[in-house]
Amino acid sequence: MAEGKIETGTLTRQDFKLDTTVKWCAGCGAHAVLSTIMNALPETGVKKENVVFVSGIGCSSRFPYYINAYGFHSLHGRASAIASGVKTANPNLSVWVMTGDGDSMAIGGNHFIHIIRRNINVNIILFNNKIYGLTKGQYSPTTPKGSITKTSPDGTIENPFQPGELTMGAQGTFFARVVDSDPKMMKDTILKAAAHRGTSVVEVLLNCVIFANDVHKSITGKDVRDDHQIFLRHGEPMIFGKERNKGIRYNCNKMEVVTIGENGITEKDLIVHDATDPDDSTHYNLVRMGLPEFPVAMGVVRAAESTVFESLMHDQVQEAQKKTKLKTVDDLLRSGNTFRIDDE
Amino acid sequence: MGKNPKIVQREDVVVKFAGDSGDGMQLTGSQFSDTSAFIGNDLSTFPDYPSEIRAPQGTVAGVSGFQVHIGHKEVTTPGDQADVLVAMNPAALKANMKWIKPGATVIIDIDNFDNKHYKKAGYEEDPLHDDSLEGYNVVKAPITNLTRDTAKQFGLDQKTADKTRNQFVAGMLYWLFNRDIKLGEDFLKDKFKSKENLVKANMAVLHAGYNYAETIEALSTTFLVDPVKNKKGLFRNMTGNLATAWGLLAAAEKAGLKLFLGSYPITPATEILQEIAKRKHLGAVAFQAEDEIAGICSAIGASFVGRLAVTTTSGPGLALKSEAIGLAVITELPLVIVNVQRGGPSTGLPTKTEQSDLMQALYGRNGESPAIVIAASTPANCFDYAFMAAKLAVEHMTPVILLTDSYLANGSELWNIPYTKDLPEITPPLVADNDETYQPYLRDPEKMNRFWAIPGQEGLRHRVGGLEKEDVTGMVSHDPMNHQVMVTNRQKKVEKVADYIPQLEIIGEPTGDLLVIGWGGTYGGLISAVTDLQKTGLSISLVQFNYIHPLPKNTEQVFAGFNKRIVCEINMGQFAYHLRSKFQQYEFLQHNKVQGLPFFIAELKEKFIEILEGNHQPNE
Repeated sequence: MAEGKIETGTLTRQDFKLDTTVKWCAGCGAHAVLSTIMNALPETGVKKENVVFVSGIGCSSRFPYYINAYGFHSLHGRASAIASGVKTANPNLSVWVMTGDGDSMAIGGNHFIHIIRRNINVNIILFNNKIYGLTKGQYSPTTPKGSITKTSPDGTIENPFQPGELTMGAQGTFFARVVDSDPKMMKDTILKAAAHRGTSVVEVLLNCVIFANDVHKSITGKDVRDDHQIFLRHGEPMIFGKERNKGIRYNCNKMEVVTIGENGITEKDLIVHDATDPDDSTHYNLVRMGLPEFPVAMGVVRAAESTVFESLMHDQVQEAQKKTKLKTVDDLLRSGNTFRIDDE
Repeated sequence: MGKNPKIVQREDVVVKFAGDSGDGMQLTGSQFSDTSAFIGNDLSTFPDYPSEIRAPQGTVAGVSGFQVHIGHKEVTTPGDQADVLVAMNPAALKANMKWIKPGATVIIDIDNFDNKHYKKAGYEEDPLHDDSLEGYNVVKAPITNLTRDTAKQFGLDQKTADKTRNQFVAGMLYWLFNRDIKLGEDFLKDKFKSKENLVKANMAVLHAGYNYAETIEALSTTFLVDPVKNKKGLFRNMTGNLATAWGLLAAAEKAGLKLFLGSYPITPATEILQEIAKRKHLGAVAFQAEDEIAGICSAIGASFVGRLAVTTTSGPGLALKSEAIGLAVITELPLVIVNVQRGGPSTGLPTKTEQSDLMQALYGRNGESPAIVIAASTPANCFDYAFMAAKLAVEHMTPVILLTDSYLANGSELWNIPYTKDLPEITPPLVADNDETYQPYLRDPEKMNRFWAIPGQEGLRHRVGGLEKEDVTGMVSHDPMNHQVMVTNRQKKVEKVADYIPQLEIIGEPTGDLLVIGWGGTYGGLISAVTDLQKTGLSISLVQFNYIHPLPKNTEQVFAGFNKRIVCEINMGQFAYHLRSKFQQYEFLQHNKVQGLPFFIAELKEKFIEILEGNHQPNE
């Protein structure tokens, strides 16, 4: 889609800066997302007037008020539905859905899976802090089982959703995962999401300093992150670890972590990441990987090609307009069975 | 040659076709309607079908009907009771006995009148041999057998052959109404187009029915209904749902906007979505959403980016859309919400009519959340009110709820086709690129609407949302006085619409004993009843509301002219309640009915006479 392309380098972060007070808590991971997106937008080559942010309700969803773009802060869970209308009505716009785990995984779960199924070309940035922040600390659909929260004083008894699993289950064409504490990883990934044709889901593992502080610490902590994350690069073998000596391979169709140099394992035994593979089974396995058995997959897990809803829709419109004999409403009103009655 | 029948000239005739859901009664009804329109009769039709697609055959629950009222005089309803009933089986007869006039012609398919079918229909006695049909002209036609005999030569299997039975019926009616059978042939050629054998078989059966009717003694009288008086021009037979869809298309073209419909299938509104989905050639986009909420939300998104945005639904769907309508209210984006009302609450009576969503439309949202509410009153004027809904939404930057109902949506009438150049202009309050004076909540001093800056436009970037906004600037604001100002602004904006809508027209004298008050889809029944009574010299007038919120400016003046006022509606008194809250100085009598059926003219007349004669018991 054209999205009103311009030369990159004509815009800067300043073009998206809004003179307003950002009201997220100090230390909230959302600040990093805002900053990263303001840095990334000038590099997408989209005219600043063509950028639209749509959000739902929750801490994440205040985002549109903090960036100089067209913005729509909508209803709880409905950002994807509103964005579907925005993008279908005008495919030239660059549309961003800013949402959270409560907004997209709970009340908006239906819209989330259906925008993905249709593969509407929007970028969904999912702030996953695994808690309801704006209502002050209730468990969400991504809260780890057993967590003590205000509504689970004895620990949650629900199995959490993995946003990546839902994305794959809805036939998603793009899924990536990043952490709020690594702005470079986030920016690179968000630019890839922006370039993808179809619905891009970027899950940001985001820290809520007030209600779920350090919920991702076992993944993002400085001392553990190299061993507990694997950053996926398309076309490269799946290697991770402080010593860069661990990898992932298939053993009898099951993934396992191996150490290079042990038991005769070499780089060649490892899975080479193919984000574009139309078959999503490996991508599905990758998003399900978790501690302690596996590192958590980061970066672009899946970026596959498929048809894009609004493009097909507008192709059908153009085709119909080309073929029709009924060019105007007046033509339509007079088509088919009409009867002339003459007064006697 | 046949006999020499007596021809009776009639001002109007009501015909009802009834059979199993699969008997093709809707088709025969449409065929008869089209032929009537072609020869210039006025007409009004109403299909009446079960909510199941193919309910059990032969049972009363499975009876599908189609009623046609044709006239030399103007007709405004499908008619209370039929002059001619076609009953394809005992269940169809049983279901319709109370809807036929004394002395009516009842054509039955005698081949289906056996013990098996009586049992299915729940008859304990053979209705042909007790006295239940006394006084009617019963025509026992062997429709099934004669159809099979005729269709045999075309090599059709029995199931396909039986599907042509409706053409036997059609043929009989062409004869009975002195119609040129060629019109029926043309209908079939158009209907089955390339399927040559089917065209031939159906045409043969059509002729067989015609010849049969010409031969038998039971039909000794035929009807002649001359072309309608006082109507001239190009017409088509129009249902309410089609008219609604076309009104929206016309409004989009007139406003220079593309039409975006976000919707979810729901009876009885689905045809609007289906129709718009066919109109890509006019640039319209129909987005079939995953649910009612996504239907309206996608439309709100489309409205934000400058489309004529519409969502269509019925009662339960309107309930699901409530929160999003509030979002359109606070973001002050144009949006048309079409609610084709059906019987409620909950799933209620999906295929039956009711006017019971009025309160929901007026008040069914959280917060002070005013929306314009208007209602169509005939199948064809759904076109005009869909057009007006779009005009008001766009020009006043606010959601508009258009109420129609199942009766209007599925019913049809003759529609004098307009030219779009004669429709009112629609002027969206757009903003020029880089207009430095633009602020999101700056208002037009007259209409009080904000302006519509569209994403993609240079120099107009702004943000809207469900949080309360500061007056003029549109910044998020929790300031107490600002909220008061914004609530008042939104309310005044909607109230000011009263300056831009037509005044009420009284049908009859502007003063008198009794003012009949209706709104929306009850117009046909009310106008018939009231004009009939006016002819008898009674002091009675009618006022039919199409604009519910705000009300027309002369409403009070109209009410003041009458000694008594009665509000008639297909609900338990929602409009009466609304009027009482606005006009506490007046007493409003009520006539209410919630049977999934429209008003009948006879019941209305009886009620009005009772009031005029002073026998009315209040609050009954």
